[in-house]
Amino acid sequence: MDQVTTSSISPVAERVIRTAPWYKRRSTRRLAHALLVYVLVVPGAILFTIPLLWMLSTALKDPKQIFVFPPQWLPNPVMWSNFPRGWNDFLPFNTFLVNSLIITISNIVGNLISCSLAAFAFARLRARGKNFLFILVLGTMLLPQEVTVIPQYVLFTRLGWNDSWLPLMVPPWFGWPFFIFLLRQFFMGIPRELDEAARLDGASSWRILWNVILPLSKPALATVVIFGFIGNWNNFLYPLIYIRSMDKQVLAVALNMFRGAYGNANYQFMMAVSLLVLLPVLLVFFFGQRLFVRGIALTGIKG
Amino acid sequence: MSATTASPRRNNGFSLRQREEIDFYLFIGLWLIGFILFTGGPILASLLFSFTNWTGLTTQEWIGLENYRQLLFDDKLFWIATRNTFFYSFGSVILGTLGALFVAILLNQKLPGTTLMRVLYYIPSIASGVAVSILWIWLFNPQVGLVNYLLSLVGIPGPPWLASQQWALPALIIKSTWAIGANMIILLAGLQAVPASLYEAAKIDGAHPWDEFFNVTIPMISPVLFYVLVISTIASFQILTDVLVMTQGGPGTATLVYVFYIYQNAFQYLKMGYASALAWILFAIILALTLLQLWGSKKWVYYEDPGA
Repeated sequence: MDQVTTSSISPVAERVIRTAPWYKRRSTRRLAHALLVYVLVVPGAILFTIPLLWMLSTALKDPKQIFVFPPQWLPNPVMWSNFPRGWNDFLPFNTFLVNSLIITISNIVGNLISCSLAAFAFARLRARGKNFLFILVLGTMLLPQEVTVIPQYVLFTRLGWNDSWLPLMVPPWFGWPFFIFLLRQFFMGIPRELDEAARLDGASSWRILWNVILPLSKPALATVVIFGFIGNWNNFLYPLIYIRSMDKQVLAVALNMFRGAYGNANYQFMMAVSLLVLLPVLLVFFFGQRLFVRGIALTGIKG
Repeated sequence: MSATTASPRRNNGFSLRQREEIDFYLFIGLWLIGFILFTGGPILASLLFSFTNWTGLTTQEWIGLENYRQLLFDDKLFWIATRNTFFYSFGSVILGTLGALFVAILLNQKLPGTTLMRVLYYIPSIASGVAVSILWIWLFNPQVGLVNYLLSLVGIPGPPWLASQQWALPALIIKSTWAIGANMIILLAGLQAVPASLYEAAKIDGAHPWDEFFNVTIPMISPVLFYVLVISTIASFQILTDVLVMTQGGPGTATLVYVFYIYQNAFQYLKMGYASALAWILFAIILALTLLQLWGSKKWVYYEDPGA
């Protein structure tokens, strides 16, 4: 997170502060100021962390300990078995996990390829009609998906794609306006001299993209991978309207089916399975966050 | 593509300029095909559907503006859905933006532990989807839920939240504010881009921290703040997963929000024509709000370089 922790104080001001003795008025005021910040910010941070801790606590509880008021924080006994039981005893969550993984990974690869190609064209290549086409990219970012979801449903049903993964897996290979925009903004920030030098050496556009631009764009590509992972993993509406067969279902929809069928009496299993479904998202974020935060900070974008 | 450029010809028969143009269209080819098949085409189709009484099963009949007339003048649920959506949007955007700004300003300081705090505030915005909607059903449990427990600690008897006509929609707003971390990160990036020299100049001029905030910080981050407002408004109008999982629009019509109403019409009642008309009205509302914000922004957003 080095991008975020950059000092907001100039070196000159900082030297003045450092050389002054601690009891000087300014440093005392700084201490009071720091205390005020902590008093305002720490309770909120605790409040924001509680729901996930509560999720874990419930997931580890014996049913007897769940419907108790006031709530008890520490599970006793600690029921680790809630995880395998919730996952295996009701619905085939292993199948859903494999399905979600296949769809998510394929869609991320598709997005990376199609979006970096388009983004490179918009950032670097000159052509007639480019501005108009880029306005189309921006315009479709604003468009609510509800406008396209109905006619898409009609189209895919006509093609006989209902109850298959095709409606979920084909469109990502044809680009996603938000990622095209994000990558294009990042590519624009890479000095043009680099690819012009390669161009003079006779490199083709493909080689410039592959050997010059992409190796310098890891933060932006990581951002696409993380947003792509979260978006596809959590995608609920599309599998909900397209997929009927249990053996083709994905985690998000299956989790809601589980809630509908067994949820009210089994909060410990529901929290355990929900936590397992959420875990990959948290892991991807933790492993990718260094690159990711730099990516958003540079392009000024969120998902 | 008969370019009249006088560039030197290369051995493959194209000038460099032409080669570049061909590359451009090859590179955007996938996106362009996808745009025509999955976005542009469907948009036109959707507009046509909205003038028909198509149900997905029967043959479709051209009925002109009848769908639009019906939903504006005869459909009570349309107005309830619109009102609920505005209420939700207003609450979640105001709380989400002000909350994020407040936390971002506090965490934009060189103090020990701020990095950890940023992570703690940010994680909930990463944790989204059905799993989190289910978590909040549990948190809002009227009898043994954690929300009502925390309220009881400060002596407030909690309402039945999702089971209550009055409190179900505010509950969804509260849930949405859990995800302010995404806005916070963007605002932090904006705050860090403010040149320190401006604050030093303000200090030399003897400015009160309050003046500094309103006359330096706010103008300097106003473009980022504007961006956050627009994006949050658009996103809030499209709330769906929470409603599908947590309330199904209920109790009664308390959380019947716009996109859920589109979903019901299209995929439960199979009224594809009517749902398309609803979707177009939503697009018009979002476009109008975005333009309104853009117009309003001229009064308060400060761009350093007027030419940019």
